[in-house]
Amino acid sequence: MASINVNELQKSDLPWIIEYDESKCIQCGKCTAACSFNAISPCVEFRKSNSINSPDRKFEKVLVIKQNISLDNYCRGCGMCSNVCPNGAIKAVRNKDDKYSVAYRAQKADSFKKGGRSNLNTEGRTLDKIKIGRISQMTDPSLDAQRHTFELRTPFGRVLKADKLNFDTCGEVLYETTSLPPVSWIYPIIFGDMSIGAVSWRMWEAVAIATAYLNEVMGIPVRMCTGEGGIPTKLLKSRYAKYMILQIASGHFGWNRILKAMPDMTEDPAGIIIKIGQGAKPGDGGLLQASKVARYVQEIRGVPKADLLSPPTHQGLYSIEESVQKMFLSMNAAFNFKVPVAVKVAASVTSVSVYNNLLRDPYNIVGGFFLDGLAAGTGAAHEISLNHTGHPITSKLRDCYLTAVKQGRQGEIPLFAGGGLGQTGSFAADAFKLICLGANGVFTGSMLLETAGCVGSDTGKCNACNTGLCPAGIAAQNDNLVKRLDVDKVAQNIVNYILATDIELKKLMAPIGCSSLPIGRSDALITVDKHISNRLDIQYAC
Amino acid sequence: MCRIGAVKSKKRMHPSIALKLMQSQQEGHDDSGFAFVMQDLGGIFENYKELPLLSMAATVEGTRLAEDILREIGFSRVMQWSPEINNQKGLKIEAMPNYIFEVLQYPRSFKHATKQEKEELLIDTAIKIRKTLEEAKAGYIYSFWPDVLTLKEIGSPKDIGIYFNLWEGNADLTAGIITAQCRQNTNYDIVRYAAHPFFLEGYTGLANGENTFFEKNRDYQQKLYKGYIGFESDSQCLLYTLHYIRKILKWPLKYFKHTITPLSYDEITTRKDREILLRIKASLANLEINGPNTFLAVTPEKELLCVCDSKKLRPVVIGKNKDTVIMTSEVAGLNDIMPERDADIYPNERETIIVKDDLTIERWLQ
Repeated sequence: MASINVNELQKSDLPWIIEYDESKCIQCGKCTAACSFNAISPCVEFRKSNSINSPDRKFEKVLVIKQNISLDNYCRGCGMCSNVCPNGAIKAVRNKDDKYSVAYRAQKADSFKKGGRSNLNTEGRTLDKIKIGRISQMTDPSLDAQRHTFELRTPFGRVLKADKLNFDTCGEVLYETTSLPPVSWIYPIIFGDMSIGAVSWRMWEAVAIATAYLNEVMGIPVRMCTGEGGIPTKLLKSRYAKYMILQIASGHFGWNRILKAMPDMTEDPAGIIIKIGQGAKPGDGGLLQASKVARYVQEIRGVPKADLLSPPTHQGLYSIEESVQKMFLSMNAAFNFKVPVAVKVAASVTSVSVYNNLLRDPYNIVGGFFLDGLAAGTGAAHEISLNHTGHPITSKLRDCYLTAVKQGRQGEIPLFAGGGLGQTGSFAADAFKLICLGANGVFTGSMLLETAGCVGSDTGKCNACNTGLCPAGIAAQNDNLVKRLDVDKVAQNIVNYILATDIELKKLMAPIGCSSLPIGRSDALITVDKHISNRLDIQYAC
Repeated sequence: MCRIGAVKSKKRMHPSIALKLMQSQQEGHDDSGFAFVMQDLGGIFENYKELPLLSMAATVEGTRLAEDILREIGFSRVMQWSPEINNQKGLKIEAMPNYIFEVLQYPRSFKHATKQEKEELLIDTAIKIRKTLEEAKAGYIYSFWPDVLTLKEIGSPKDIGIYFNLWEGNADLTAGIITAQCRQNTNYDIVRYAAHPFFLEGYTGLANGENTFFEKNRDYQQKLYKGYIGFESDSQCLLYTLHYIRKILKWPLKYFKHTITPLSYDEITTRKDREILLRIKASLANLEINGPNTFLAVTPEKELLCVCDSKKLRPVVIGKNKDTVIMTSEVAGLNDIMPERDADIYPNERETIIVKDDLTIERWLQ
C-alpha cells in the first residue's frame, strides 16, 4: 500500500484548485508571471511515452503548470492566470471542501488574517429588502430627473438649533453675534478612508485625482478621507487640501509630517475624522503587515518596516467626556475652529450611547458621526474579527437618527453611514435608502476598489489585500504589481461612477417628489419583510 | 386639490363672500367640507376685540367638558353667539350638535397679566380642551384667541352655507379678513381638524399643496413647541414654521421663505447674507418643504402673506381693487366676486407677497 502523510497540507485542502488543460497550453509563461501569489509554477513531468503494455520503458519530459501546495503561496482564486492565458488553458475553481484556514491555524499557531469583507454573509442584506415605495403621482406630481433642478448637498459640521444661533436683528435683517461651529456643504458621498499603505500609492492617488476632478471640473463637491496613514506633504500644502478630510486614529500615523507641514498649508482641510473604530473589525485597531510597509510608507508614516498595529483604543482617552474635551478640542484648535471635526465609530450595540453623549456635549465641537457597519471592507484583519464581530449598519443608523428625533435634535450632528454599500451592485440605491432612514450622507471605500478593477468577492475570492500582493495593484506594495494599475484610468472610472450615481440618485429623488436630499424621509420606503418593518419603523408591504 | 382663498378688505365682510369666492373653484368637489377663519371682527364681536373668543363644535357632553375647564381656570362668559341653523332635509353635512362661539373674560388673577402671560394661558387652555374633547370623542376646538372666529364642517360647501345661513349677508357676522378653503386635504382621513385654515396664536395658514417633507417637518416640529400638535394635514407644518420663525425665534418675516424653500447652495454663496442663509439652511433643514404648495397666511399684524414652493407647482392669483385684496387658487373665483380690479399678480416661486394692513401690496424677492 502506498504511504501518504495525511498531516501535511494537501492540494485538496486549498480553497481554490487550479484546473489546467495541457493540450491548450502553449507554454507562454504568462500565467506564472501574472500570479502575484506564486501559487503556480512551471515544472517538468516525466511520463511514459509509449504504450503502457510495452515492455520498453521510454520516457518523455513534459512542461506543465502545477499548483503549489503551500501555506504561504497558495491560490486565492483571483483569476489572473485565466485572464492572461490566450487559450483558456488554466483556471482556478473553488474548492467546496476547503480546509485551508484549519490547516493554517493548526500549523502556524496564529490567527488567520485576510483582507476584503466578511465572507459569511449570515445576516443577509437588509437594504435589498427595502424599496422606494412612495411614488408621487397625481396629487403631488413626481419631478423630472432630467429636467428639474435638484440639490445634492448636505451639511458637514456641527449644526446648532435655530434658537442657539444667537442671531440679532437689525431692521429686517439678521446678523451673527457669536462665532459658530464650522459647517460646510458637501456632496453626500465621502470617499473613505483608505490609507496610503493599505492601498497602493497609485490607488490612493487615483482617488485623490478623481476627488479634485469631480470638484473642480464637474462641480460635484465630494470629499476624500485620507485614512490613517498620512498624506503626501505636497498635496497637503496645495490648494487641493481643501477636498481632503484628514484622519487621525490610535496609531497617529502620518501626523508628525502633517504637523510639520501645517504652517505652510494654503487651504484648510475639508475636515478631521477621529477614527475610534471601523465596521469590518470593531474592537481592533488598524493592521498593516510588514510586507506592505514599503519605503515610501515608512517615510510618510515615520516608521520602520514592521507590522504596524494601531491600538484598539486611543491611548490616554478613558471616557467620552475626556475624548470630547481633549482630542476634539485639540483638533478643533489646531485649525482655529474653522474645520469640522468628526468621529468615526464601528456600528455597535453601544453606538446610540456614544451618539447621545456627543449630541449632548455642551461645547458643540463634534461635527459629524461616521457609523461603519460590519459589511465594511478592510485592508487587513484577523479573520475571526472580520467574520464574527460587528453590527449591521442599517438598524444602527436608524437607531441613532431616531434617538436624535426623540430629543428634537436630528441633524445637529450629521450622520454618515458606510459599510458594504453597493455590495449587490447598486450603490446609489443603498445610499438613497440610508439617507431616507436618516443619514446625511454615506461613505465608501470598497466601491472605489471595485471601479479600480478589484478581483475579489465577498465569497472568498482573492481577499488577499493584507499580503501586499494584490494582483490588481490596488492593495499591493510591490512595485511590479502596483504598475498594473493605471492611475488615470482608475481616476476616470471613479469619476464616471460618481456621475452615474448622481444621475441615479436624482432618478430616485424625482419619483418621491424631492428636489433636495430626503434625509429622514422613511415614509418613502417600504419593505416586504415584517421584521425589518418593525425594526426600522417603515411601512410593511406585500 | 384644495382650493383656498384669503380676502382682506377695508370694509367689513360677511363670510358669504368666502362661499362665493369658492363656488366656481369647486370643480370635482368631493363634499369633504368647507371651513373659514374670520379675523378683525365686526358686527356683534366688534366691541370685544381684546377678549378671547372660543370657537368650537361639540356634543352636549363636549360642551359641558369645555365649560368645566374654562370655569375651573377662572374664565367667565361675556357673550355667546350661535349660528341660526337651517336644518332642511337633504343637506350634505355632517353637523355637530353644538356650535359654540363664546367671548370670555380672563380670570381675575390675570387682571394685571402681561400680553405674553395671557397668550400663554390661552394656548394652554386650548390644548387642554382639545385633549379632553379628543379623549371623550366629544368635539373640536378650532381657535381660542381674541378677535378670531373659526368654523369648520364636513359636507358640501353649498349645503354647509345653507345649514348655517351663510349665503345671505348679515351685519352681525362680519370681519376685515376672511380665509377659507372649500375642500379638505382628502389624501388623508376626512376629519374636521384636517380642514384648512389652521390657526395658532394669531397666525392663520392655509395651503393648496402636498408637502412631501411632511414626515421631516412633523418629526421636528413635535419637539419644538407645545402648540405644534395634530398634524392631521401636511399643510399644518407650514403654519407652525411661520409661527416658529416669527413668534418663537422672532426673526423678520422674510426668513420664512428662506426656511421653507431655501435657495441652493450655489445661489446663496453669491449673496452678501450668505453666512446667515447657510446657517438657516442647515439649522432649519427639517422645516424645508418639498412638493407642490401654495401657502396663504394671516399674521397678527393683520397682514396677508402668500408664498409658493420652489418650483411653483400650484396656482395662485392675487387681485385688488381700491378697498379689497383677494388671494385665491383660481382666477375664476376672483372674476366672480371682483370683476372690476387692477392688474392681477401671479407670484413666482421666489416671491413672498405681503398685503399690508393698509392694503398696499409688497413683493419681496427671496
